Order: sequence, then C-alpha cells, then structure tokens
Amino acid sequence: MRFDPVIKNFDYFLWGAFPEGPLGGLAMTILLAAVSIFLAFWVGLVFGLMRNSKNRIVRYVAMVYIEVVRGTPLLLLIFWFYFLAPVIVGYSVPELQTTVVALVVFTGAYIAEIVRAGILALPKGQMEAARGSGLSHIQAMRFVILPQSLRNMIPSFVNQFVSLTKDTSLASTIGVLELTRCAEQVSNRTLTAPMEIYLTILVMYFLICYVLTSYSRKLEKQLSRYQARDR
Amino acid sequence: MDRALNYQFDWQLVLSGEYADWLVSGVITTLEISALSLLLAMLLGTIVAVMRMTKFKPLEWVGLAFTEFFRNTPLLVQIYFWYYGSNQVLPEAVNKWLYAHDFEFAAGVIALTVYTAAFIAEEIRSGIYSIPKNQLEASRAGGLSFIQAYRYVILPQAFRIIIPPLISQSLNLIKNSSLVMVIGVMDIFYMARQIESYSFHGFEAFTVATLIYLSISLVVSLCINLYNKHFLRQISY
Repeated sequence: MRFDPVIKNFDYFLWGAFPEGPLGGLAMTILLAAVSIFLAFWVGLVFGLMRNSKNRIVRYVAMVYIEVVRGTPLLLLIFWFYFLAPVIVGYSVPELQTTVVALVVFTGAYIAEIVRAGILALPKGQMEAARGSGLSHIQAMRFVILPQSLRNMIPSFVNQFVSLTKDTSLASTIGVLELTRCAEQVSNRTLTAPMEIYLTILVMYFLICYVLTSYSRKLEKQLSRYQARDR
Repeated sequence: MDRALNYQFDWQLVLSGEYADWLVSGVITTLEISALSLLLAMLLGTIVAVMRMTKFKPLEWVGLAFTEFFRNTPLLVQIYFWYYGSNQVLPEAVNKWLYAHDFEFAAGVIALTVYTAAFIAEEIRSGIYSIPKNQLEASRAGGLSFIQAYRYVILPQAFRIIIPPLISQSLNLIKNSSLVMVIGVMDIFYMARQIESYSFHGFEAFTVATLIYLSISLVVSLCINLYNKHFLRQISY
C-alpha cells in the first residue's frame, strides 16, 4: 500500500485548488448536493401536489414527469442535458450548471413521490376536519396538511440527500471538478496508487453518507411518536 | 447555434444498418451484465442477510460493515475501485484469469454485484423482521423445530413481502448498469455515445437508448403492480 500520493494530495481532495484556483473536491461535492437538494425540494413539492390534484390533466403531467425520470438512468439524463442545453439556450452552458439542472430534475421526481406518499399517509380526517372548520382547500393544505406531512417526510428527504450526494459523482463524467473527478486527476497524474486513491475517496463519501443515514434513522424514531393516526 | 438549429433528424440512420446492430449488441450487453450481476447479488445478498441475523457477533459485524459501507458510497467510485484496484485486492490467480478474459465486463459485474447485494441484504433482512415475532413463537410452541418454523411459517410469508422490493432493486440494477460504460463495457449507453461520435446524430441515438430503458422500467413496474394486486392481500398480520 502506498498512501503518499493520497497524503500529498489530500487538500486537493478536500477543496481542490481553492484559494488560488477553482473550488473542487469534497467541498464541491457537498455544494453541488446542497444546492441541488434545495432546488429539487421545490420542484418535488410542486409535482407531488400536482400528482395528487383532482384535475386529470395536471395529474397526468406530473405522472409522466415522475415516471419518465424515474425510468431513466441518471447518467443518461446528465448527457441529455449536456447535449440539449446549448440547443435550448443557444450558447454553451458550463458543465456545473448542466449538472445542477440534471440533478434537480432527477431528484425532483423522487421527492415528488415522497411528497405524494407523505400526503396520502396522513389520515383523511385531517383534511375533512380542516375543511369542515371553514378553511379553503389551499389553506387546509398550507396550514394543516403540509406542516404535518412535511415533518414526517424529513427522514425520507435526508435519505434522498444521501442518494444525491452519491449521485454527484456522476458529474465527473462530463468534467465537473468534484471529489471523484479530483481523484481521477490525481490518479492519472501519479499512476502509482489508483487503489489507495479510490479507497480514500470511498471512505470520504462513506463518512458523510453514513452520518446522514444514522441521523435520518434517529429522526424517524423520534418523529414516529408524534404522528397523527387513524383511530 | 446555427448548426444546432439546422439539425436534421435521421432516424433511419440509427434504426438500420451498422448503427442498429451496435444498439442491439449494446442491449444484449446491458441485459447480460444485469442478469449475471443480479444472480450473483441475490446469492451474496442472502449470505450477508443471514450473517446479519446470526447471533454470532463477529459475523454480524462483518455483515453490518458490508451493507453500510457499500450502500453509503457511490457506485461510480466503486466501479473505478474494482477496475483499477482489483490487482491489489483480489488474488493473483483470479486476476490473471480476468485479464485473459473480458476484464472490463468482469470488473463491472463485481462492482454491480457488491453494490446491489448490499441493498438486497437489507431488503431480505427487513422482510424477515417484518413478520411478527409471535409467529415464530407460536410455531415453536406448536412443536416445529427452529428450522421447520422458518421453512414452513416465516419464509413463505417473508418471500411475499420481499419480492416487490427485490424486483425494484433489479430495476435499479439495470439502470445502474449504465455506469459501467465509464470503464469501457459496451452497453446501450456506450453504443449511443459511439454513434454520437461517429455520426453526430446523438439525439436519435440517445432517444433510442432512453426509450429502451424506459420500456424496461415500465414493464417492470407493471409487474410489481400486478404482483401487489394478486399476492399482497393474502398476508396475515
């Protein structure tokens, strides 16, 4: 085992060439995941609500989006945007923006399913009671249904964030300088220790994802105590 | 921009002749690598699940470490790890055999197997644990041995619960198999990119590849729905 290339380039794995050059490495991975999950949450919320809508057209639009995206491998989706984006906007789009859009569209579909299931899991009486006491449908959603169901969804969101963190590694295939790409670069430059380099970044990914997974399990246990149930 | 707007769609190019043959061979490779990895992952996943359920602590820990590590790391990096690092991880005889044969394919199979097995192990374990404990107690009290109780009472019920998530794991496996193109396995996606770089007709090639993946996953989710309708009602709690 030769770990000296790893030790020598460890700061490059952590934040790329940051103070002098562009941000990269683990910092970029986390940034990508955080920005994408934030945007994907809103996309997923909208489509999840649309999926539950009474209007058939709205419901079908959401269904087609969710099913198509969930049936396509993320790698394919990233390449679609990589080729399509310049055609749509008319000029070449940086890889980073392309990746964020692809990750948001991809994760949005999964979050939409979480939102849909979360709303359906709430007892029907909640909606009926809210409507019965004079709230409009939108008010009932806004003040009664969503606050409860979104809280119950938090563990699923954390799990989705973990998946997303793992998925950001695919951005390396179109050249975004995140952790995996940095490892590839170092590995290609040194040529002596590919196994040690990839093992190191596997452990780095693992630490982040494992901490988050354990956190979501703990949350799940805590939240299940306060759930509204059918009686 | 002009080039993009004047794009001439040429579906005939992709759907006939040499390029069509490429796509067909890509589909076959994808199905081959998925089927082989699924088979091995089922085996490995069952072993790991059993390890995690034994009362023998070291085995339990190895099982736990296996599932947690491989579930919480990106498949892409795992593929690189096995592809570039296998000569240091696997025994030399195995490596010699692999290099003599299709090494990219083998590395892809190893990575997909290990990754999927970690998920399958969790599905199997949670499926078995979802059967209420008093079922086991009742059958033990009714005079069945431990093995008989599992064989005739627990496992038949657990299987019905495990099968739908296993089907969706296999679907994930088929979609994940698109990643092996980064190490040069010539699957659907690899072929689509090759057509793109030979002919500049990437749109058609990617559309065909996407449609193939979509139809696979639509068929599979249809199967899950049918299965759920027919079998899941019969479970007793």
